[in-house]
This record gives sequence, C-alpha cells and structure tokens, in this order.
Amino acid sequence: MILFLLALACLAGGGLLALATYSRPRLAATCGLVGALLGTGFALVPALAVLTGGGSLACDYPWTVPAGRFTLLLDPLAAFFILPIALLAFLCAIYAIGYLQDYPRPTALGAHWFFFNVLVAGLLLVVTAANTVLFLAAWEIMTVGSFFLIALEHRQTEVRQAAWLYLVLAHLALMFLFAFFISAGVHCGSLAFADFARLAQLPEATATLLAALAIAGFGVKAGLFPLHVWLPDAHPAAPSHVSALMSGVVVKTGIYGILRVVGLLPTAAPEIGLVLMLLGGAGALYGIAMATLQRDIKRCLAYSTVENVGIIFLGLGLGFYALRHGQPALAALAFAGGLLHCWNHTLFKGLMFLGAGSLLHATGSRDMNQMGGLLQRMPWSGTLLIGGSLAIAALPPFNGLVSEWLLYLALLQSGLPAEGFGGLAPLLLVGVLGLTGALALVAFSRLLGIALLGEPRTPAARQAHEAAPSMLVPMCLLLFCCLAIGLLPQLAVGLLIPPLAELVPGAGELIAPRLAPLAEFGRWGGYLLGGLGAATLALLWLLRQRPGALASTWGCGFAFPTPRMAYTGEAYAELTRNHLLPAVLRPLPEGSAAVSGLFPRLVSRLQRSLDPILTRLYLPLVEDIAGRCVRLRWLQQGRLPVYLFYIFVTCAVLMAWVILEDHGWRGIR
Amino acid sequence: MASRLLLHLVLLLCCAPLLQGVIVKTKALFAGRVGAPLLQPYRDLARLFRKGFVFSRTTTWVFRAGPVVGLTVPLLAALLIPFGALPAPLSFEGDLILFVYLFALARFFTAAAALDTGSSFEGMGAAREVTFSCLAEPTLLFALIVLAKLSGGLSLNSLLGPHLTTAWRGPYAAALGLILVCLLVVLLVENSRIPFDDPNTHLELTMIHEVMVLDHSGPAFGMILYGAALKLMVLGALVVRLALPWQTGSWFFDALVFVGGQLLLAVLIGVVESIMARLRLVRIPQILIGTTLISIFALVLVLR
Repeated sequence: MILFLLALACLAGGGLLALATYSRPRLAATCGLVGALLGTGFALVPALAVLTGGGSLACDYPWTVPAGRFTLLLDPLAAFFILPIALLAFLCAIYAIGYLQDYPRPTALGAHWFFFNVLVAGLLLVVTAANTVLFLAAWEIMTVGSFFLIALEHRQTEVRQAAWLYLVLAHLALMFLFAFFISAGVHCGSLAFADFARLAQLPEATATLLAALAIAGFGVKAGLFPLHVWLPDAHPAAPSHVSALMSGVVVKTGIYGILRVVGLLPTAAPEIGLVLMLLGGAGALYGIAMATLQRDIKRCLAYSTVENVGIIFLGLGLGFYALRHGQPALAALAFAGGLLHCWNHTLFKGLMFLGAGSLLHATGSRDMNQMGGLLQRMPWSGTLLIGGSLAIAALPPFNGLVSEWLLYLALLQSGLPAEGFGGLAPLLLVGVLGLTGALALVAFSRLLGIALLGEPRTPAARQAHEAAPSMLVPMCLLLFCCLAIGLLPQLAVGLLIPPLAELVPGAGELIAPRLAPLAEFGRWGGYLLGGLGAATLALLWLLRQRPGALASTWGCGFAFPTPRMAYTGEAYAELTRNHLLPAVLRPLPEGSAAVSGLFPRLVSRLQRSLDPILTRLYLPLVEDIAGRCVRLRWLQQGRLPVYLFYIFVTCAVLMAWVILEDHGWRGIR
Repeated sequence: MASRLLLHLVLLLCCAPLLQGVIVKTKALFAGRVGAPLLQPYRDLARLFRKGFVFSRTTTWVFRAGPVVGLTVPLLAALLIPFGALPAPLSFEGDLILFVYLFALARFFTAAAALDTGSSFEGMGAAREVTFSCLAEPTLLFALIVLAKLSGGLSLNSLLGPHLTTAWRGPYAAALGLILVCLLVVLLVENSRIPFDDPNTHLELTMIHEVMVLDHSGPAFGMILYGAALKLMVLGALVVRLALPWQTGSWFFDALVFVGGQLLLAVLIGVVESIMARLRLVRIPQILIGTTLISIFALVLVLR
C-alpha cells in the first residue's frame, strides 16, 4: 500500500512542479513526464501483486472533511481497473513527448501536464476510494482534470463546445450519484463503503430505484447508450493521447461504478440485468452503425467506444441476470467476457487513438478524405493501425475475438438450454453481436482503406512523415499486448479470477470447466499465424524467383486517373447508409440551395454526421425546458438590494428551521 | 488424427477446383454449348502459377497480404468443419464462432487489398462485399444456433453430427428445411454467385468479387482463385452435410457421399446461374434481410 500512496504522491508532485515551472516548457514537460511515469509505474506493482496473489490492501487515515475519511481499499476489483489505468497512462505519457514536441503554445504545456497527472491520480483514487466523500471528491477531480485536458485547444469553438457538453453532462450525472450515495448513506447510517453491505437487506423496490440511480449516474461516464452523447464530440476535440486515456480508461470508471454498486444491491429486480443487457446490445449496434458514417477518424473511434462499451454491458448485464437466476457458472462466464473486453478495449482503443494521433500529427487533419496513401509514407504507424483494426474488429488471432468469443459462449449457454421462448432474447443477441462484428468490419476496413491505402488525396498527405520513435514504441507495446492476449487467452483469464470471485462467489472453480476450450482457442491463433507465415514465405519465395514488374493501377479505361477519382469515405459507406441502416442515422446536408438553372451559381453544401440522439432527443428537450424557465426570469432583477433580500430571506428561513428542530415541532402545534 | 487431417486436406485440395469446372460445364450445357473441359480450372491454376507478377505502384504489403489470407483462411476453416460423415480433425467446443470470424478475416484483407490499389472500381467492389456480408453473417449464425439447439453441443462436429438423420424425421424437419435454404443463400452470397454477383460479367461497374481482384496477377491471382474454390467447398460442406446426413460407417463411402454431394451442389449452383438473372444491386439487401428473417423464424420453430 505504501507503493500506491507513493504513486499518488509522485503524480501530485510531478503535476505541481510542472505547473510551477510552466514558463520553462522543457523543464515543465520533464517534471510532468517523470511524475507520470514514476506514479504509474509504482501503481502497477501493488495491482499486479493483488491480481496474482489474491487478498487485498487497505489503508485508513483521518481526514478533516466532515463524514470523510481517507480510506483506500485495493481489492481485486480495484486492481483489475488499476492495471489498465496505470499501463495506458504510462504509455500515453511517453507518446505525449513526441506528440507535443512542436506544440505552438509551449507555455500552455505546464498546465497540460499538471492536469494529465491530476487525471491519472484521480482515476487511481476513484477505483480505490472506500469512503463516499473521498470517492466523490476523486470523481470530481477526474472530471475536472479531463475537462481541462479536452480544452487544451480552447481557442477553437468546437473544442470549447465539446468540453462544455462534457462538463455539463458529467455534472448532471453527478446529481444522480449524489442522490444515490446520500440515500445509501441514510439507509446504512454511514458513508464508508464497508458499511454499505447493509444495503443487501433493502426491499426490492428501493434497491431497484437505487440501482437505477447509480446506472444513470455512472452510465453517462461509461458512455452507456443512450447517455453517450458527450463522447463523440469530446474524443475528437481532445489531444490524441488524452483521447486514448479518456476512451481507454476514464470511460471504464463508469463501468467500475456500476459493477461495484449493482453488486451491493442483490435484492434489486433481476430485470436490471436484462435492461443493462438490452441497452448494451442497442448501444453496440448504434455505436458501430454511427462509426461507419463518420469521416473524422477520431469521431469514428469515439463511436466505436460506444459500441465496445455496449458489448461490455451486454456481458455484465447477462452476468447480473444469470446470478439472480441461480446460474453462477454462467454468470462467471459472462462476467469474464465483459471484464476481459474492458482490458481488451483499453489496449486496442488506446492503440487506435494513438495511431490516429500520428496521422493527425503528420497530415494536420482528422478528415479521412484528406488522407490516403499514408501506409507508404508512414509504414510503422500504418501497420500498427492495421493491427489495431484487426483487434478492434474482433478478428483472429487478436484479443478482441477472445472476449467476444466468451460472450458468445455465455449467450449461447444461457439461451440454448432454456425451455421454450425464454432463450429467444439471448439467442437474438447472438445475431446482434454478429451484425455488430460485421459492421465493425465495414467501419474499420473503411477507416484503413480510405486513410492509409490508395493514393494520397492532398498535398499534405503526400508530404506526410513517419511519427517519432517515442510515439511508435507505446503503440508497438499495445499491439504486442493485443496479440499476447489473443494467443495466450488462458493466462489473461487466469488474472481475472480474483475480481470474478468478488462478483460471483467461488467463480474460480465454477468457471474452470467452461474455460477448457480457451487454450485450444489460443492455439488456433498460433495455427493461423503459422499458416499465414507459411503462405507468406511461399509468396516471397515466388517473388524472389520472378521479381514483379511495376505498373500503374488498372484504370478501367480512364487514361489519366487522379486521386480525386478514388473512392471516398462517404462513397464506401453509401450502400450501408442507404440500404442497411435506418434513415434516422443519415447525416443531414446543410448549406445553400440545390444547384439549378443553366448557369448555376456557386453552391456550398456540407454534410456532417451529428448524433441523432443528441440533436433529435436531448436538444429539443433542453430547449423546451429552457423556454419554460424564461417565466422565472422576473426573479433576476439585476439589482443588488434584491439579491441581498434573497440572502436575508434564505438565512431567516434556515434559522427558523434550526430553532424549530431544536425545540420540537410539536410545541408549535 | 494425422490420417484424418491428411484425408481432409487431400479431399479439399484435390476436389475444390473440380467443383468450379462442374459449375462452368453445367452452365455450358444449359446454354447448348460444349463448354470448357471439367479439368480446365486445374490448368488455369497451373498456368497462373507459372506466370510472373505485375504490381501497381500504388500498392503496399497489404495488397500482397490479400491473396495470402484468402488462401490460408479457407484451408484452416476446413479443419473445423466435418466433411460429410468424416469428423473435423481440429474441432473444439465453441469453434462455430471462430469459423464465422475466420471468413471475416479473409474478407477484411480482400477488401483492404482492393482499396490498396486506389482504384474507385475496386473500392466499389470492396464496399459491396463488406456490406452484403453484414446481412449474411447473422443468417449464418442463426442457422448454426438452430443446429446447436438440435444437437446440444457447440462444436461444428457435434452440430453436424449423426443426429441429423433422426432430426430430419422429427418435428423439427421444417426448421431444418428453412435453414438449408438460408445456408444455400449464404453460400451463393459469400462465393459471389448469381443471383447476387456475376463471376463472368465483363463490366467492372457491375461486379463485386471479381472487381476486387482486378489488379492481382500471376501466382498471387492463382492463390486468390484457389482460395475462392476452397471457400466454395468449405461453405458447401455445411449445405451438403445438412442435406445428405448419412453415415455409412466406412470412411471410403463417407468420402464418396461427401464428394458426390459436393458435385450435386455444384450442378445445382450451375442450374441456378443458368435459369436466374443477376439481381439489381438494391434488391440484394432486401433478399438478404428476408433470409435473415427466415432463419430467425426457423429458430422460433425449434424453440417452440
């Protein structure tokens, strides 16, 4: 535990030093970097120790805040989340060296490194805090830290808007969390998490309400459909190493919260699990469908996060549902799939966002139609991105398929033995997962095909440069982890047993027989690599025998094909958009009127894919509420005496209340 | 184990091009022509493997990876699926998901190799291929779930096990019939046959699979053609086993039933290609959604 506290101290110290030395950017960046590297490195050690050795670490110090104590508990579930947080933050910090090297406003970097360290420290505190006040404080530190990180480029309007949307939604969600924690605290008579075990005796209705409050509160951070609306705006706005961290681990804290809280409420209605499962399935489909329509690569990746979070909730929801229906072995399998997908998503989404950052750094654009031909100019970044895409589209032999395979098995084993139509829902979700996988293939073959392959479409893409080694090494490590989990899934799942045992008592023994094919599955990854290697060697041998001639691409009769004739992102997704997906998701064209007449005037049309849930559901709702609130405007007179009068009235009422509390209401009556 | 593996590979590698020959011959006979000899696909492959390579200047390693993945994946997927009554040599519990995703890997690389040339026609083919598979994949999954419900296992070996003969006589024969139709549609879509795609069209605009491989040449193109032949046989094995679920007890006759079934399937594909026209592109998603609904209906029938 000392190491963990030391990690927090390093992060805080590094951050503060970076802030203090902001006027000397190089020194500030070094301080921030060293603090982040030391802090995350120290945090990894106790997390690994808990995951491999079992048991848990704790510490408890008094704190002057009312009802607050500085209580930390590093149990297997916390360790499960610390591992990806520390690993990804470590790699993102290394990546940031190269990414921020030529940043035009170097004096802003001191504050940036400060907030980076604050965010990482906040994340580590969130998953270990065992006292409500400390937890909410850490949660707020994390939210504010990530807000300032998103707003690094705050001179751009869209970045400011995205950051505000995030801040507003995060605080709306915080209201739900306050409601949950206060009512839980009232029921248990204490704000320490250790005393929350008493929540197990709540009646079903209250427990369900509390669970719903927590799911709404944590779901916003997790990007649970339909509360995901901040995600597609905030991720592209943030610098890429921050997007990776946000998408890879900040989103996971919402999942952590739901796992902790729903586990505390065993009397809640079992339909909670079903609702989570269905929201997860809907979110997976919605997220990946929207991802196929984006031309901004980081926005595409952000929607893919919505998809992956949906897949995770599909597994967790099935786990809760099976647990309540007395099928602990099935629950353990579903939780294993969901939890492993959490790790996998951290790895491949981190890799993809860092790769997207390299493309952005090289071409100065996030628009895939402005790229093209980058694999020839950036062979390392491009190849790493292709590996990441294979992992994220759940293709063998990478890790994405391992966790999805566990989820498929869980869904099948829940649906097939059921009597009658009880099994229909999980079996239909198998189809949903299959459709999600196929759409992911569309989205990611499109992202690669348009951005990396073919001819460069702009002069900027033609002059693109390979990323710095400090940016490539973290990506290499992430891809290596993806492949390692894909080839040796039994080792990764072995690390999951302690956190699983917290969710499902005795999970280790229950899950062992069901995981027997896992090693065989990993071996198949080896067969595949071997087969591909052999075929590649055969092709290379043939190429040595008969060196290939170079020619231009067959232009199908066009004498002078230009890059402008190449397929664009919109063209690639056209068939999917118009014939597969519902019309609500289609982007709306904006701009002046259509072309008309013999000599048409210059017309500009813009097509942006906005989130339909945000623009068609939430914004009208918020505008309606705002319209109604106009009637309360007479309260705001803009004159000082009136406000003093309000303060006086409030104080008087509160004093009267306190006096009546002390002397008893009965006397008055 | 080793002998089973060998038998599987020999059957697959030797018979696959023959099926292509049978399809072409059937179509020729229907059109009143003599047609190319049955063994022509073997000669085509041999000729391609003797030729040299030509590469586009635009392409990278992804373009060369397309044929490699396209050949390796059907070869490995074949080891997961029983050939008629001959059990799969490397089957394990839950391999049906791997089977589906292996083909997704091949599709990913074929589409990426097409996009790597920078040609808009090849991009068009890639977009069509990945979009149509979005609808074929859930259908395949639902069909496999129906088989899993009837067999009680989760490996392709048990899904296509000896219980199928009794299942055809039982109350679930209707569901089996429906998924047989669905699997046939999936087979035609995934192998780019009429009515979904025309392998013999001469206009790049109307092609799907053929346009994606326009720029491949020599042995690399041979690998693609051979891989496509293997894929037809591997996916065909699903249909053949479902339609002819007999167990003879001797490996020789089992293999004979399987090869006979594959030849019959090739004739059937040839007949379909002769009597049907290619569908309009916008009709294809509608047909595929209809097939998915049929497979869900079959699932409802077995759950009843």
